[in-house]
Amino acid sequence: MSQINTVPETTKQQLINPNLKHKPDTMLKIIVRKFFKNKLAVIGAIILCLIILASIFAPWLTPYTFEEQNLLNKLQPPSEEHLLGTDKFGRDLLTRILFGARISLFVGFASIAGAITIGTIVGSVAGYFGGWIDSILMRFIDTLYAIPTLFLLITLVTIFQPGVDKLILIFISTGWMTTARLVRAEFLSLRTREFVLSAKTVGAKSGTIIFSHILPNAVGPIIVAATIGVGGVILAEAGLSYLGLGIQPPIPSWGNMLQDAQNYTIMLKAWWYPTFPGLMILITVLSFNFVGDGLRDAFDPKVNE
Amino acid sequence: MSVQAEKSPIIQKTDTNNILEVHELKKHFPIKSGLLQKTSGYIKAVDGISFSIKKGETIGLVGESGCGKSTIGRTIIRLYEPTDGQILFKGQDISHLREAELRQSVRKNIQMIFQDPFASLNPRKTLRSILKEPLNVHKKYSGKERDEHVGLLLEKVGLNASFINRYPHEFSGGQRQRIGIARALALHPELIIADEAVSALDVSVQAQIINLMEDLQEEFGLTYIFISHDLSVVRHISDRVGVMYLGNLMELAPKQDLYTEPLHPYTQALLSAVPVPRKKGTTQRERIVLEGDLPSPANPPSGCVFHTRCSAATSECKQIIPKFKEIKKEHYVACHLYN
Ligand SMILES: Nc1ncnc2c1ncn2[C@@H]1O[C@H](COP(=O)(O)OP(=O)(O)OP(=O)(O)O)[C@@H](O)[C@H]1O
Ligand SMILES: [Mg+2]
Repeated sequence: MSQINTVPETTKQQLINPNLKHKPDTMLKIIVRKFFKNKLAVIGAIILCLIILASIFAPWLTPYTFEEQNLLNKLQPPSEEHLLGTDKFGRDLLTRILFGARISLFVGFASIAGAITIGTIVGSVAGYFGGWIDSILMRFIDTLYAIPTLFLLITLVTIFQPGVDKLILIFISTGWMTTARLVRAEFLSLRTREFVLSAKTVGAKSGTIIFSHILPNAVGPIIVAATIGVGGVILAEAGLSYLGLGIQPPIPSWGNMLQDAQNYTIMLKAWWYPTFPGLMILITVLSFNFVGDGLRDAFDPKVNE
Repeated sequence: MSVQAEKSPIIQKTDTNNILEVHELKKHFPIKSGLLQKTSGYIKAVDGISFSIKKGETIGLVGESGCGKSTIGRTIIRLYEPTDGQILFKGQDISHLREAELRQSVRKNIQMIFQDPFASLNPRKTLRSILKEPLNVHKKYSGKERDEHVGLLLEKVGLNASFINRYPHEFSGGQRQRIGIARALALHPELIIADEAVSALDVSVQAQIINLMEDLQEEFGLTYIFISHDLSVVRHISDRVGVMYLGNLMELAPKQDLYTEPLHPYTQALLSAVPVPRKKGTTQRERIVLEGDLPSPANPPSGCVFHTRCSAATSECKQIIPKFKEIKKEHYVACHLYN
């Protein structure tokens, strides 16, 4: 076989543009740059950062504790001492919202981390190997889907004491199937793509193909699903806590704060009581969705900058 | 070879000049259905094809969409395992080699250029890692030499070596196809299967890529299987052309013969749809419009698969599968008209 030496002159002239100076960009840089072009996503990300920081530094941001009651001071409107007012036990609402954010975010992130891990493993196995392995896993998932989540929750909560750890377990066990299906679908479509076939024709091993060709192309959709999923879990946790099945008082969560407020016919009088926890849920979930949408475009190689 | 050879009779004698021989090759895809994914039938994508290729030759394969062109290419390169028949590469039977064994010979010596220049390059990888992958897999060259080799490959296909850190999305279709060709060349293969390699490109770019492929063939002594549905592109690049229909090879001949004197009624119909220069004294054939629909490869017609659409079909055609035989020198055809 002859050694590589010269380039056909004609093609050389046609294709080489000497003016094209190009700094190499890593994929990550390109993704970050594309993300920053999406205003809503950036706003969402900033809001989430603020909420996360505020919840981490909550003890230093407020002079009150979340359980400190002061019945003489109950249902006070927003004022200088209590920026967002007080609740029916005279507890500072801002403090409870900040500590509630800790719970909500922790439950959200921990549940999704677990669900994504399990879902990615199961989905990769099903999608890459296909055949009967895939059939069995998918039938199993279909079966799990047939169980109504709320029914499962009520059962589990009545058997075990409700608590943060149980909530996370419940969200993981009801949430991983969505990721598994998503990852499986990605694998099924990616494994017959021509760039995967071309890796096979040069003799790349299965491990290389999975980790270096398929997963990097599936990671975008997984991260997007995870981001939107955190918002979903926060909403679900709020719903459950609102029903009294989630986080139990006196530990604050945005959901059980809403429930406290709902018990009051004075909802109209003490408008701040349900409004602020409700707003927090809304803003947080929306922000996660905006960030998720932004990531979706940023990860898509077909969407140009 | 003995067991295989008994099952599938060898038409052409093994010839040491042949880089590749395909004997009665079949690839059937199971159709799964129902809850238990039972096999309810087979798509006979390739259903008994035989031909051979000499070193340095270009063989073109043409046929309508769905006739099994990609499947035969992918079976020869062993992305698929053949259902039946034999593939001999340089005399070695590679039909049922396992992946580790394939890596020893086939994966270095047979490469593929794919159709879709947007789907055939991993969007998450730079040209450097795309082009280095084959070298890494086969531990060819040491670290620094690999980079140099990649740069040379790029220049070889007419791209600037400084593009090495770029991602595929930064290139045009034609440039991507050049990258695909560079990747196929990386291991210095002997046989390259180009599956619709220019079909997705503009006509002017098609010509550039074809010229590049011809230059590379000359320089490296490459052998090509050029798959396309475009008769004029195939005519340009091929030495011999095979016409496929529903998983079968209907006719195979040196290109001059095939384009000027097609024997098979199907080839005649295909050619009548494209204006081609004819021999002096003959007139442009009337356009032959094929009647009826293309049958499904899951349930191909009995006898000659083409009989349902052939105006010359007789009762013999409905029952007996025509043999693929040499009617004139190097001109093979599977048709009862030429007995
Ligand atoms: N992996 C597969 N599994 C099942 N069926 C397949 C598979 N690949 C191809 N087929 C079927 O086999 C037949 C031949 O397909 P193939 O892709 O080889 O045709 P083709 O001639 O390359 O067509 P085109 O011109 O559209 O590329 C088609 O009916 C197709 O649906
Ligand atoms: Mg094809």
